[in-house]
Amino acid sequence: MSDKTLRIDGVTRTFPARGRTPPTLALQPTSLSVAPGEFVAILGPSGCGKSTLLRIVAGLDRPTAGTVSLDGRPVAGPGPNRGMVFQSYTLFPWLTVERNIRYGLVERGLPEAEQAAIAARFIARTGLAGFENHWPRQLSGGMQQRTALARALANDPEILLLDEPFGALDHQTRELMQELLLEIWQGDRKTVLFVTHDIDEAIFLANRVLVMSARPGRIKAEVPVPLPYPREWTVKTTPEFGALKARLMAEIREEVRRAAVSTGT
Amino acid sequence: MQPLRPVPPGARLLLGAGFFAVFLGLWAWVTEGGHVPALFLASPGRTLAAGWSLLTEYGFLGDIAVTVFRVVGGFLIAAVLAVPLGLLMGAFKPVEAFFEPFFSFARYLPASAFIPLLILWAGVGEAQKLAVIVIGSVFQLVIMVAVIAGGTRMDLVEAAYTLGSRPLGILRRVVIPAAAPQVAETLRLVLGWAWTYVIVAELIGASSGIGHMIMDSQRLLDTGQMIFGIVVIGVIGLVTDFAVKLLNRRLFPWAAL
Ligand SMILES: Nc1ncnc2c1ncn2[C@@H]1O[C@H](COP(=O)(O)OP(=O)(O)OP(=O)(O)O)[C@@H](O)[C@H]1O
Ligand SMILES: [Mg+2]
Repeated sequence: MSDKTLRIDGVTRTFPARGRTPPTLALQPTSLSVAPGEFVAILGPSGCGKSTLLRIVAGLDRPTAGTVSLDGRPVAGPGPNRGMVFQSYTLFPWLTVERNIRYGLVERGLPEAEQAAIAARFIARTGLAGFENHWPRQLSGGMQQRTALARALANDPEILLLDEPFGALDHQTRELMQELLLEIWQGDRKTVLFVTHDIDEAIFLANRVLVMSARPGRIKAEVPVPLPYPREWTVKTTPEFGALKARLMAEIREEVRRAAVSTGT
Repeated sequence: MQPLRPVPPGARLLLGAGFFAVFLGLWAWVTEGGHVPALFLASPGRTLAAGWSLLTEYGFLGDIAVTVFRVVGGFLIAAVLAVPLGLLMGAFKPVEAFFEPFFSFARYLPASAFIPLLILWAGVGEAQKLAVIVIGSVFQLVIMVAVIAGGTRMDLVEAAYTLGSRPLGILRRVVIPAAAPQVAETLRLVLGWAWTYVIVAELIGASSGIGHMIMDSQRLLDTGQMIFGIVVIGVIGLVTDFAVKLLNRRLFPWAAL
């Protein structure tokens, strides 16, 4: 099959023992597939292996067992067809905002004019106009993650991997960024795999939410989000949203409690 | 005073100049006040006079030029050898595994101990002077650059991979630019060491240079000239250090933020 589906098949990850620390089973056999144009959110408590799963899809980490394939081809390493926005700030500090956004285009050797045009388009779409020549250190966290998003999008990946991209932002900025991302996604319907531990965020953005269990993670529930797009922030106050939230809260509370017990916090 | 709170620029300048004044005052007090014999330590005034005669009568400017040439030459040779190798070692662990143990050993070999050997090999000409500086700095520099390059943030490397970089792209577009400001700072430091090595090299078997002049003055018991020579080195060091610092800030504005 040569559709653009992302297939994750029985992926497991055990981090080997180091010195006195025993091996860590971070991810139990996990299988899922993401169809083109889908926005899938992965919801789970801290330490359940969300980042591990996403890093394996990105090709930055290798599964202990199982396979990942995109477009019918197995994933053997990182590549520009899977764009990623990280949990931490990863802009290149020596490049301006505009140059950061161009990074992948430079790497691909696009002509200068084309690079500039693409960068300008994503600067406008992510609301970064006026900040083109700022250094990353001069930006707020929200602005940095906008730039990271623009940098990933400018590279036109087949799938966008977002690892709690707004996790470090304050509540208001976070909501603003969610709306921005949704607007962008509604515009081009790029496939998105979005990791979060925020229930509202997952429901608001995704058309399918996967709930992961506490460590060692596995997918314990799948909840479709039948709210129609385009969505506005007002959707968060509808009864449908409330019902989904109640259901996901019940699922996740159980896991958070289990995680807390197993780590003794 | 509060920990880590910066000083305003004006006050900073004043404080910095203040210690120079204190130092000069002490020097003048122990010499002019007769607390040490003039034979051992010339007063600031006598030092200046000696310097003037050195510059006007003995062609000391020529010596300064020769020494500067040696320092810059030796430093550049060391940098050209060490920086690329250090970057490769930091980026590619097998390269590091190959060179690191030997270089860690070699950097403890005192450059001055090589002088007799180098004189045997290269005579007392310029090649020998440059070699002392290169031996003294190249191993240290390689190791320091390798450590800097090896400390490149892994998350940035990973981000670059997801944007389509391949290993050489990572080296060129992540490791090198990330390391550049710290490497530049390290070069500034090593330039300072090069001054020490050159003077040592010039104290033994040289016919020109600041070190040679200092050696000659010792024979004549002219402490004024000797101190003037040392002060000249200090002043040149201070000025170049300042200039390089300024240059680094210009080249890497993002690093100073
Ligand atoms: N390189 C590693 N070596 C050893 N253990 C690791 C490594 N990376 C992750 N782990 C462990 O694997 C488990 C899952 O980590 P992961 O980062 O995927 O969690 P997460 O769900 O992303 O958590 P968070 O929400 O806090 O980001 C954790 O227990 C972590 O300690
Ligand atoms: Mg994580």
